[in-house]
Amino acid sequence: MKQFNMYKTIFLTALLLLGATVAQAQVKKGDVLIKNGTLLTISQGTMENTDLLVKDGKISKIGKNLKAPNGVEVVDASGQFVLPGIIDAHSHIAGTSINEGTSQVTAEVTMEDVVNPLDISIYRAVAGGVTAINLMHGSANVIGGRNETLKLRWGSTNPDDLRFEGAPRTIKFALGENPTRGGRARGIQPQSRMGVEAMLRNAFSDALVYKKAWADYRADKNKRKVAPEYDLRMETLVDILDGKILVHSHSYRADEIYMLMKVFTDFGIKKLTFQHANEAYKVAPELAAFGAMASVFADWWAYKLEVYYSTAYNAAILTKNGVTTSINSDDGELIRHLFHEAAKTQKYGDLSDDEALALVTLNPAKQLGIDHRVGSLEQGKDADFVIFDKHPLSTYAIPQRTFIDGVKYFDIDTDAKDQRIFIDPESSIEVVQIFNREDQHKCMDDADLVYLNDLLNNN
Amino acid sequence: MNKLIKLLVFVFTLAPIFAVAQNNDANKARGGKFALTNAKIYTVTNGIIENGTVIINNGIIEAVGANVRIPADAEVFDYKGREVYPGMIDSGTKLGLQEIGSIAESKDFREFGDITPHMQALSAVNPNSVAIPVTRVSGVTTTLTMPEGGVLPGTAATINLFGYTPDQMYAGSKGVVMNFPSAQRRWRQTEEQAKKARETALKTVNDAWDKAEIYAKIQNSPDTRYYPEMEALAKVVNGEMLLYIEVNTAKDIVSALEWIEERGYEKVVFTGVAEGWRVADKIAKAGISVIAGPVQSLPTRQSDAYDAAYKNPSVMQKAGIKVALRTSDTENSRNLPYHAGFAAAYGMGREEALKAVTINAAEIMGVGSSIGSIEVGKKANIFVATGDPFETSTQIINVFIDGYLVPMTSRQTELYDEFLHRVPGTQKNTVKTDG
Repeated sequence: MKQFNMYKTIFLTALLLLGATVAQAQVKKGDVLIKNGTLLTISQGTMENTDLLVKDGKISKIGKNLKAPNGVEVVDASGQFVLPGIIDAHSHIAGTSINEGTSQVTAEVTMEDVVNPLDISIYRAVAGGVTAINLMHGSANVIGGRNETLKLRWGSTNPDDLRFEGAPRTIKFALGENPTRGGRARGIQPQSRMGVEAMLRNAFSDALVYKKAWADYRADKNKRKVAPEYDLRMETLVDILDGKILVHSHSYRADEIYMLMKVFTDFGIKKLTFQHANEAYKVAPELAAFGAMASVFADWWAYKLEVYYSTAYNAAILTKNGVTTSINSDDGELIRHLFHEAAKTQKYGDLSDDEALALVTLNPAKQLGIDHRVGSLEQGKDADFVIFDKHPLSTYAIPQRTFIDGVKYFDIDTDAKDQRIFIDPESSIEVVQIFNREDQHKCMDDADLVYLNDLLNNN
Repeated sequence: MNKLIKLLVFVFTLAPIFAVAQNNDANKARGGKFALTNAKIYTVTNGIIENGTVIINNGIIEAVGANVRIPADAEVFDYKGREVYPGMIDSGTKLGLQEIGSIAESKDFREFGDITPHMQALSAVNPNSVAIPVTRVSGVTTTLTMPEGGVLPGTAATINLFGYTPDQMYAGSKGVVMNFPSAQRRWRQTEEQAKKARETALKTVNDAWDKAEIYAKIQNSPDTRYYPEMEALAKVVNGEMLLYIEVNTAKDIVSALEWIEERGYEKVVFTGVAEGWRVADKIAKAGISVIAGPVQSLPTRQSDAYDAAYKNPSVMQKAGIKVALRTSDTENSRNLPYHAGFAAAYGMGREEALKAVTINAAEIMGVGSSIGSIEVGKKANIFVATGDPFETSTQIINVFIDGYLVPMTSRQTELYDEFLHRVPGTQKNTVKTDG
């Protein structure tokens, strides 16, 4: 019997390993030599006429006059600029649904389950030099679902191929107008920023009780002990308390940003990035003191009351006050020119080239806990990068080639017009969609039905 | 001692008053006689003057050239090689008509009803909108401000972004806006429903214009009753006013061209024109000018090339169509130069893109003789930049609108000044609160 168990264990382990190998094998890793480019390394300044050698998906060497090993493709980047792959710390592309708004706390759900590798937005983002995104849950509730960090490996129909293997877990929180709108629509808490705070404190207090119940159970020597009820929602909150999950909180106004830092201080939670954070500039010294980070728009404002007192100088003020800041898109159009969005911080606040470029490379990598893997051009890091014809902070710069793990996913010279990998067999005529910027705020997607009620009862 | 006291009294009482007075003046616009000298002047219509002077007097450009005598009474701005451009024109915004996107009470661009061409955007423009200074300090001096909504939502107006009443802002051009009935299926609409909706809309449109054509013939008769909708449309029928037709899909553009040919209206401009690149030769043949954009937008079809929208203005311009650009924005109309920059990068080239946000826009709106370039006799809508205004690192140094030197401040710059180095920082007596 015992022997059988052992064989079973070995068999299962082997099966698991095989499974893991198969899953890993599907993610392609490339070898390539980029010759004579201007390398914008972000972490070690700019290197002109420099080569970058990629081996098995990793940057194996940076230097002059590197030789390509046998059979390795050489890309001439003379006169061109090599930037680490752009990382969008706030995106909703490649997701089949965005909001689980049935409760004000839905920490048990995860965007991992709704990754859509067929979304054409992925290719369009790659064509804009983006290599990784934070696929975020929406902002309809105070504690939303977990997000999923993705690499934009376009072309596969398997969602698993897009996962950023090894990236830490992150979760979406939301403060202010969006969750309170939900509360008003359903006649429940929260309907005010006071209610949002109370809800957060209640949730983490519950999580502490849950954590203690399990700790007591594990410490209990009694053989007839009974386990507490397993609760994925509470498990997730406990992992946040233990620093295993990074919090990304939708927020706009300075007061709510300050509030969340106080709540987190009280519960000992440290890993915190504010998303949108249009008024973060007002409490920049407090953010710096807490060690909180901010992921903001370059210049979006005035689309609702809580962003009326915004300034396009937000990112510059935060950066100059020592806050690790990124610029995100939250949008399938804006994501295509994040390099240009970053460049706006030179108009609004005079950031240096390195400071501006870090906003869409190294800094978002830090916010997602993946900066040891991506975000700068360094030996040993993943070979995720984009080649531009002109300096990426120029409005006239056009991305030419985008690589992820050393594999080319976009090449302007061989770019076929129709890049779809899925065509709806039921649609006889192709749908024409006229772009409307005001439809681009995806944070409240899927939550709309709730607000029909809101419209009727709004007062 | 006495002197010292007097000095102290001065320092503590009067000096702050002077300081405040001066400060207030810095926040006010002022007119007068200005000489902008030692500047690289992009006239747009007469090439580039490498080192020249522009004289502004009483709102008008009085002289431009390499060898212009500076009047003794002019205030001189020595720009030391910096670049002077005609103010940029955003040919499609809701600027002044909307303050905050999510608040209905702050939105005045949409009226009840399908046929409301007599609704005047100009009347609802709020000259004190916070977004106006935010926009003009970026070199956008003029916008076409448009109503939205039903089939004929109202009359758009071209406004300069300085003035305290709508009339002070009015730049001399108005046009009736029409949303061309689309054959395009809307979300969750069946083919059949879409077809029917389009037929109904087209009938509404045609009924309105049939009536307008009759009205145009009888409007001067004493028995004609007050009919403001028809009054507005009759101006288009008579060729006195522009008709802006919002039309986007290739199929709709072709239908709109046929419709125009049938109706024979003279002053027609197509706006949006997202799929103009598919039928550019047809638009060119009809001689219709277009207002395209936003340039930074998504392709209209999943199967389109990723850069179809970026290239759209350039494809149309190369087909021989006169192209102006728009942001279709309100609070971020300030991004117009970047939309132009993208159009330039994706095929249009910088020179044509500059025309698309200056002289082409002015000519399309019928005010090409008063704005859109730096020429003697034109209104002084001018901005001065450290370099190419389409580049994000370029700073705008001065903006003149209707000859007024406007302050280079907006709420966004004021917040920057206040919060870059906030006082106090974290070191202030704080009271620890519970909870």
